[in-house]
Amino acid sequence: MALTMSQAFCGHASSSQISYIVSVASQVTISGEQHCGKCFFSAVPCVPRDFHGTWNPRYISIEKPQFRFRCALKDPAESNFFTATANVQTLELPLAPEKGAFKSRFADDEPRKGSDILVEALEREGVTDVFAYPGGASMEIHQALTRSNTIRNVLCRHEQGEVFAAEGYARASGKVGVCIATSGPGATNLVTGLADALLDSTPIVAITGQVPRRMIGTDAFQETPIVEVTRSITKHNYLILNIEDIPRVIREAFFLAASGRPGPVLVDIPKDVQQQMSIPDWGQPMKLHGYLERLPKPPLFSQLEQIIRLIVGSRRPVIYCGGGCMNSSKELREFVDLTGIPVTTTFMGLGVFPSSDDRCLRMLGMHGTVYANYSVDKADLLLAFGVRFDDRVTGKLETFASRASIVHIDLDPAEIGKNKQPHVSLCADVQLALQGINHLIKSQNLSFDFSAWMKELNEQKTKWPLSYPQDEDFISPQEAIEVLYDVTQGNAIIATGVGQHQMWAAQWFKYDKPRQWLSSGGLGSMGFGLPAALGAAVTNPGVPVVDIDGDGSFLMNVQELATICVEQLPVKIMILNNQHLGMVVQWEDRFYKGNRAHTYLGDPRNEEAIFPDFLKMAEGCKIPSARVKRKSDLRSAIELMLETPGPYLLDVIVPHQEHVLPMIPSGGSFNDIITEGDGRRIY
Amino acid sequence: MNVTSTPESDEETSRSGSWLVDGGLPSPSYELPSKGDVYPVEPNEDEVWRFPVLDPDWGQVEDDEPSGFRSHTLSMLVNDAPGVLNRVTGVFARRGYNIQSLAVGPAEKPGISRITTVVPGTDESIKKLLTQILKVIDVLKVQDLTHIPFAERELVLIKIAASSKERRDILDVAAIFRAKTVDLSDHSITLEMTGDLEKAAALQRLLQQYGIVEVARTGRVALVRESGVNTKYLGTQELVNKFI
Repeated sequence: MALTMSQAFCGHASSSQISYIVSVASQVTISGEQHCGKCFFSAVPCVPRDFHGTWNPRYISIEKPQFRFRCALKDPAESNFFTATANVQTLELPLAPEKGAFKSRFADDEPRKGSDILVEALEREGVTDVFAYPGGASMEIHQALTRSNTIRNVLCRHEQGEVFAAEGYARASGKVGVCIATSGPGATNLVTGLADALLDSTPIVAITGQVPRRMIGTDAFQETPIVEVTRSITKHNYLILNIEDIPRVIREAFFLAASGRPGPVLVDIPKDVQQQMSIPDWGQPMKLHGYLERLPKPPLFSQLEQIIRLIVGSRRPVIYCGGGCMNSSKELREFVDLTGIPVTTTFMGLGVFPSSDDRCLRMLGMHGTVYANYSVDKADLLLAFGVRFDDRVTGKLETFASRASIVHIDLDPAEIGKNKQPHVSLCADVQLALQGINHLIKSQNLSFDFSAWMKELNEQKTKWPLSYPQDEDFISPQEAIEVLYDVTQGNAIIATGVGQHQMWAAQWFKYDKPRQWLSSGGLGSMGFGLPAALGAAVTNPGVPVVDIDGDGSFLMNVQELATICVEQLPVKIMILNNQHLGMVVQWEDRFYKGNRAHTYLGDPRNEEAIFPDFLKMAEGCKIPSARVKRKSDLRSAIELMLETPGPYLLDVIVPHQEHVLPMIPSGGSFNDIITEGDGRRIY
Repeated sequence: MNVTSTPESDEETSRSGSWLVDGGLPSPSYELPSKGDVYPVEPNEDEVWRFPVLDPDWGQVEDDEPSGFRSHTLSMLVNDAPGVLNRVTGVFARRGYNIQSLAVGPAEKPGISRITTVVPGTDESIKKLLTQILKVIDVLKVQDLTHIPFAERELVLIKIAASSKERRDILDVAAIFRAKTVDLSDHSITLEMTGDLEKAAALQRLLQQYGIVEVARTGRVALVRESGVNTKYLGTQELVNKFI
């Protein structure tokens, strides 16, 4: 939804619909025809452009940035630059929605139930799909949802499934995912998903019912103090005690979820507030002054010049980008085209830079490629864009990028300097920063030559490629993923559980576009795959949605098979079934002398048979399924899976002795990297 | 180093030197190979818990430690809403910071509260803490007052066991400290005293010999000195000499 601005940041008046380049939030995509067309800097930092609803961000008061900038006209007819003085108008943001743009089902003076006000507030935010599971305290909301004409509910069979589905929806589409649960046990089942969303910065809004206000605090039936429980695992949460607050709180919740560093927001609504009748005031302003003031401002040219000077002076630079670059893929590609610097992505950043590109060094970190970790180890300039120096990437902090000057650009000021002290830091949106840097490079006509460094890295690529031992008969799990990539040509949305299959899916499937890779990174919660895939399928992506799962992870949220059957969501489930908890088995093999401690997931009384029988489970949910054991059958089985319309389950039997390689043990440095071996040896 | 307990290493207790088996601490030169998922306990890892929270003196922490570990005074402005205090202290707990004192009350504008807290830590760790506190939506402003001149006071109510014989001495001490008597009984005296940390610590030390029954301290409240004068240095010899 584009928003109108009377005058763009740079002073160019334009009558066309302008959406300013805002950062971070999940919604932002910059398309040339939609912004001023003449310059690229925006006035309003970190506010979602596509912020649903009727609010008009025309006015926001910010301090005047103290710089002047050149504005390159995009119109090819104008061949010369002109300098636009940055007499930036202070734009005032009225933090309240504009009236008149939304058609309500109710008359203006008609009193209606709190639950209807809630549902209308969701409609005003532009929500079209929710994942809700009814219960005593949230029944009113479900009744109101039936009265809504625009919101569709996907009924997942467990609240954990619904919150993961909301996450998959948010990660795949960039919009805010919404899930609704009841009080008590329904709300506590959301906890894992909220923690996962916080660690991976996924924008979701969770709405929970609560017992009536007079019963709060009395250990009532199905009462849990969910606001207290989720305080540290949500970005913010609300307990609505006054029906008048509902419009404002929902607007604030969506705004907080989507702006700045995205995160989960929980809204708890007691049942008597849902049933109360009232006339809502949709024009209430948000009360987020402290937060808005603290949103990072657009970067200054002086800061960007400093970074460019460092790039000019370096001989072995590397870009280390991650989940914070999800909206900056285009700018990042342009930057790499201009400079030729090799790119390595983190687990969360897969797809931000096309993996099939020559300059992409694939994933780095504990299970990253040797050449990616080599490049960071030997680099003299580390450009960290939208990353947080997580321990899975860095290993031992002292030896990580020990020879490099570190440039850290991140939106969250708390992440800068948290783990590794950067030499140059910039707290700003990566998209704006990269746009500025690209503009500066182009205007100064700089050229860079890192071909010697690229040659060195290409040598490492040929010396230490990703590899796995081939077998005549058995299907290697890595091969299954390679064949899937081949058949889909990389055009698929991949969701995974957690474990060995997740690491292989990250290594062997090449992601060329952002928002293709849905996986639980920070929290690493098993059972993420199937619900996330179904959430992504709800967004109608136009490409097949494949859930590459492990037998352990799949079993954790197996109830969602019922959901995908009923909703006929075309989710293809490919289970890499090794009858074990693969990743733990690998660690047992390497560090605990192969002592199996509760990692066998099959039936110990009959180890020959495949247990549990996922085919029978799929049959019980009316989902076509197949099992493939031989290498020769693999490709045709995967093709059949993708061709069959609707949901499909493919059980791929793989050996459990495979290890994910390369591997840097936790707390290790690049020299500790392990590149060989599997479970058939004793360590 | 083999860190699992196998029959061989159990026998060779005296020779293997495995620190797990004999329970001793690892020698400083011991280098754990990073081929394991092992997190050895280092001897001096937990500085934070070295300083007892309820120690009236804190004197040790006030002085300049070589490691830079000292008590930091933080002043923050937050929205006056239910649960805000829990949110803020939740950040301290989540990130592993200790709170030595906490004082909350309304600030100058209605609807805004001021939280003043004393937290031990190094400058860097407190800086990281401040960035984490700023993430809380209801927080409006956070300031670390430690290195700028600030005025700090604390109210202390001390109940001392005092029979009529000791009463005179205790009241003398109270008069010197300008402390008021708020309660008197045949076996105890309750004194109220306002002052900075050193005064409170000195009073408590002096009264210790009589037997302190109960102490209630409000915790430090502090505001920035607009004059910019750091009174800590006012009493030093150099300044005195200057004026002579």
